[in-house]
Amino acid sequence: MAGKLRLVVVTPEGKTFDDDVEQVVMPGVEGQLGILPGHVPLLTAIQPGELVLKAGSRGDELAVGGGFAEITGDRVTILTDMAVKPEDIDEHAVERALESAKQALLEKKAGPEAAELMALIQRSTAQLELKRKRRN
Amino acid sequence: MASTRDIRRRIRSVKNTAQITKAMQMVAASKMRKAQQAALAGRPYAEAMNRVLSSLANRVGSISHPFLEKREMRRPCALVISTDKGLCGALNTNLLREVGMLPKDTVFVTAGKKGKQFVARMGRELLADFEVKDDASSYKIKQISQFLIDQYLEGRIDSVSVFHTRFVNTLVQKPERNDLLPIGRLEKLEAGTGPAEEGVIEADANLQYIYEPSGNEVLSALLPAYIHFQVYQLVLDAKASEHSARMVAMKSATDNAKGMIKDLTLEYNKVRQSGITTELLEIATAQMAMA
Repeated sequence: MAGKLRLVVVTPEGKTFDDDVEQVVMPGVEGQLGILPGHVPLLTAIQPGELVLKAGSRGDELAVGGGFAEITGDRVTILTDMAVKPEDIDEHAVERALESAKQALLEKKAGPEAAELMALIQRSTAQLELKRKRRN
Repeated sequence: MASTRDIRRRIRSVKNTAQITKAMQMVAASKMRKAQQAALAGRPYAEAMNRVLSSLANRVGSISHPFLEKREMRRPCALVISTDKGLCGALNTNLLREVGMLPKDTVFVTAGKKGKQFVARMGRELLADFEVKDDASSYKIKQISQFLIDQYLEGRIDSVSVFHTRFVNTLVQKPERNDLLPIGRLEKLEAGTGPAEEGVIEADANLQYIYEPSGNEVLSALLPAYIHFQVYQLVLDAKASEHSARMVAMKSATDNAKGMIKDLTLEYNKVRQSGITTELLEIATAQMAMA
């Protein structure tokens, strides 16, 4: 078990990631969280942002939405409503979605719809940031 | 005996019907594949979420959250997930039979036209009706669960059970009742859909967790997410059942039509043959009379 973390990322649409890694950095609600093997058991809410993982010399990134992370000694389970690999992000489509969501939000200031739009905006922003960082 | 023209006409009309049911079967089959995949894709998430919730409940100890409190049952509410269209065999009939046995004071929320019509016919109280299309996004479905949660928190309803058709396989769909709110014993949560996946690590009660921000805050964020996801999953399951049932119903309709065409063709040939025989007899008799 030493030196390995099992990272599982699940969304309602299926399992996005299931493999051994050495390190995970996730966007917790109270700041970035770096997880190494043997971390104390932790249950936390996460916010939309980047999930960075390291496995060997390989590094990888995922754009994730809001959700939860459960960490036991050698296992990290991430429950989120979105998880996208950078190569699957269609920048233009996301930009358009972001724009129309912002527009819609101006009209609806409160209520559950506004909350949903906010979440959509956060998710889109997370995707865009990851994509742009990748390119530079 | 019917004339050959009548039989021909009937054969033609049955053939047309067979063509239509065949087309509907094809459509349902392609929708079914998609719906089944979507329903199955959510299962790992369901298992992970149930595991997290039950392990959390084991540790936080006494939790107070409105979703967990049992209330006096004055206004139970039922969410009925039915189909919009018919032609799917006994799917809705079986589901609505269960629904019909509910106590008189139950109020209803429906997704799908058939359930709505049923509630109206029974003269029960309908709180809201939602339209769920085949390509419904999780956001659309979330409106249903959000509505239920709001009603529940405002005390207008005291419990929520969901009636849907559980997708077992393409040939078997079972009407099922799931109690959504209040959430019963968290410790005993099972993956409601299908057998548990192999290799899932059992929650270890001895682990001392850290919670961020805090146990109660994590829980109160997790519980609504759990409800939303449950409803989402149940709707997807119902969709998979609907398209499977429709495909099977349309397939048997097509088969029946084909059988009927065969029988009618046989009868048509018999009538035609007897017509020819009669004509020949008439000619022969006339000839003999003349000779």
